[in-house]
Amino acid sequence: MSFAHRHLLGIEQLSPADITAILDLAETYVALNRQSAKHSDVLSGLTQINMFFENSTRTQASFELAGKRLGADVMNMSMQASSIKKGETLIDTAMTLNAMHPDLLVVRHPHSGAVDLLAQKVNCAVLNAGDGRHEHPTQALLDALTIRRAKGRLHRLNIAICGDIAHSRVARSNLILLGKMENRIRLIGPPTLVPGQFAAFGAEVYDDMREGLKDVDVVMMLRLQRERMDGGFIPSEREYYHRYGLDRDKLGLAKADAIVMHPGPMNRGVEIDGTLADDINRSVIQEQVEMGVAVRMAAMELLARNQREAA
Amino acid sequence: MSNILFTNARLIDPEAGTDERGALLVEGGRIVAQGHEIGVPEHVEVVDCGGKCLAPGIVDIGVKVGEPGERHKESFKSAGLAAAAGGVTTIITRPDTHPAIDTPEALEFVTRRAQADTPVNVLPMAALTKGRQGREMTEIGFLLDAGAVAFTDCDHVVANTKVFSRALTYARSCGALVIAHPQEPGLSEGAAATSGKFAALYGLPAVSPMAERMGLDRDIALLEMTGAKYHADQITTARALPALERAKKNGLDITAGTSIHHLTLNELDVSGYRTFFKVKPPLRSEEDRQAVIEAVRTGLIDTISSMHTPQDEESKRLPFEEAASGAVALETLLPAALRLYHAGQLDLPTLFRAMALNPARRLGLASGRMSAGTPADLVLFDPDVPFVLDRFTLKSKSQNTPFDGQRMQGRVLATYVAGLPVYRRD
Repeated sequence: MSFAHRHLLGIEQLSPADITAILDLAETYVALNRQSAKHSDVLSGLTQINMFFENSTRTQASFELAGKRLGADVMNMSMQASSIKKGETLIDTAMTLNAMHPDLLVVRHPHSGAVDLLAQKVNCAVLNAGDGRHEHPTQALLDALTIRRAKGRLHRLNIAICGDIAHSRVARSNLILLGKMENRIRLIGPPTLVPGQFAAFGAEVYDDMREGLKDVDVVMMLRLQRERMDGGFIPSEREYYHRYGLDRDKLGLAKADAIVMHPGPMNRGVEIDGTLADDINRSVIQEQVEMGVAVRMAAMELLARNQREAA
Repeated sequence: MSNILFTNARLIDPEAGTDERGALLVEGGRIVAQGHEIGVPEHVEVVDCGGKCLAPGIVDIGVKVGEPGERHKESFKSAGLAAAAGGVTTIITRPDTHPAIDTPEALEFVTRRAQADTPVNVLPMAALTKGRQGREMTEIGFLLDAGAVAFTDCDHVVANTKVFSRALTYARSCGALVIAHPQEPGLSEGAAATSGKFAALYGLPAVSPMAERMGLDRDIALLEMTGAKYHADQITTARALPALERAKKNGLDITAGTSIHHLTLNELDVSGYRTFFKVKPPLRSEEDRQAVIEAVRTGLIDTISSMHTPQDEESKRLPFEEAASGAVALETLLPAALRLYHAGQLDLPTLFRAMALNPARRLGLASGRMSAGTPADLVLFDPDVPFVLDRFTLKSKSQNTPFDGQRMQGRVLATYVAGLPVYRRD
């Protein structure tokens, strides 16, 4: 299995074969993670640094666990607190870290394109853990693995992505990945959060959620990113929940076996009904978290393999 | 003394709209004759142009020099050398310096520095409002007396229409030209790209091209109210053009310019978050670019500027949203404009109408022409010679050009200001 990429910066650069390769390898780690002895040594001796320029608990924990289970030395750096405040530029930070010879750099940054910029300046493999509203490739990959396991395939599915598409890197990466794997994608949300330009990606855009959910196989909810908004995208949370919140009534329009996904963290009662989120017959939200660790292990193994071959 | 007979030249005359073989005689710093054949008078240096193009030197409205405040980005000396090497014989400087040029004293500083260090003509613009804050108008009368050729807050829009209408009214009474940046400031706040598929894919905060038309519509309404003399610095979208056309037809004293980058690049060039392509307003769609070229051809858009904006590496080596806007262009203006000539879209007299004649006319300057009596500000260039641009060869202190590594065609061979050579390519 060959994976001809130095970094994992986005889904954009991956081919369908690359995507399948990551998911297939991730399957083996799902099995490993369910054993009591969860350790592998494919990254042993390698150093992984998690650089988060933006708050994250879940993604950072997932990357940290993935690295540790593969035997890497993992270091977490919370960049919000440190050098940025002292006026250091992103490039300088990158050069400083580069001098410490890490092998894998996991980066999250609030600006689109910042991780690409950083990747140009370092010698190690860079994994994008989310850049601005651009991409979040491991999230799309873990979503893909979850769908593949629940539906038995990752093509020719009707998939609805609902909510704050405009500010969401998760939506962008999923849109690209699911498009590459030849699914039909619907984007659902108020037009202030789902700009019409997204139709150019080959997606169907709906501002009526009931209309959009008809006969879909997968319902992917997004977090309403209140912290990203200048204000005034929606009139109120309660109106949003009424029109675009997922509840049993609206889900009834989807296929009977449609699954419900959410990248977390959830705003219960804003974009999704709390009991629906917990319904193990419909919701695969916990499974998504589990797949996250496996997918990140797979991605890091593939990149590390290239690193070792190059060395 | 500066008596030169240019022979065997391809004379580009934007006033006559001609591109013909001929000779040009310069005496005492002025053009005295133009014709097919001119006999060689005594005491004259003869320059055989070898069939290359001789055109009026470029008059560039809106050049940013880093003095005062950011001399490390561009000084009058480096800007002057870059201008001379680019065939720009008159630079019209922007007042968006630190501090802004908003007093006669600050303007005198610019004039003094420019005279000491710059081989080309430098004419300063002054801010329209104090500190470019959009609250109180500057001393327009004193600034005019001190030599300001136009008044502009550059890319700051005077958002308060009452303030702007009063400034326009007062400027009219002084006969001053106001240059504005047509943009609806609310809609364009925080934008780093033009909205569309590209910005959506790259996840960049974007502004609708409609913001330019809204800004222009507002300014046109204020012109109807005040009767002021107005120039839009950059028109870059197709949707703004019908409004401009109507305003001209209705007899308002309005002209418009565009930038060389919007004429030769589009939003897709930003691919890979290349911050050297971040300009203000952001690069537009290909349809917009084509519409703007056509508007230059018909004369609806009057002028082409470099919008020369030097930025150091530190300001550009940042994530796209945080990076500074602007590109240097004094030296690349002509080669980039020649892309439009080689593409068969604009002929040379049309290009020099927009780069020399019209800007000079709008500012009431005698230059920009090839007729007798005009100052002999001239550029001799070979429109065909190909080269690959290496940004580190540029004479500007900052080398933030989007054309780095690109194939260009056409080079300046020599530049003359008032009949004296200020640049010669070896």
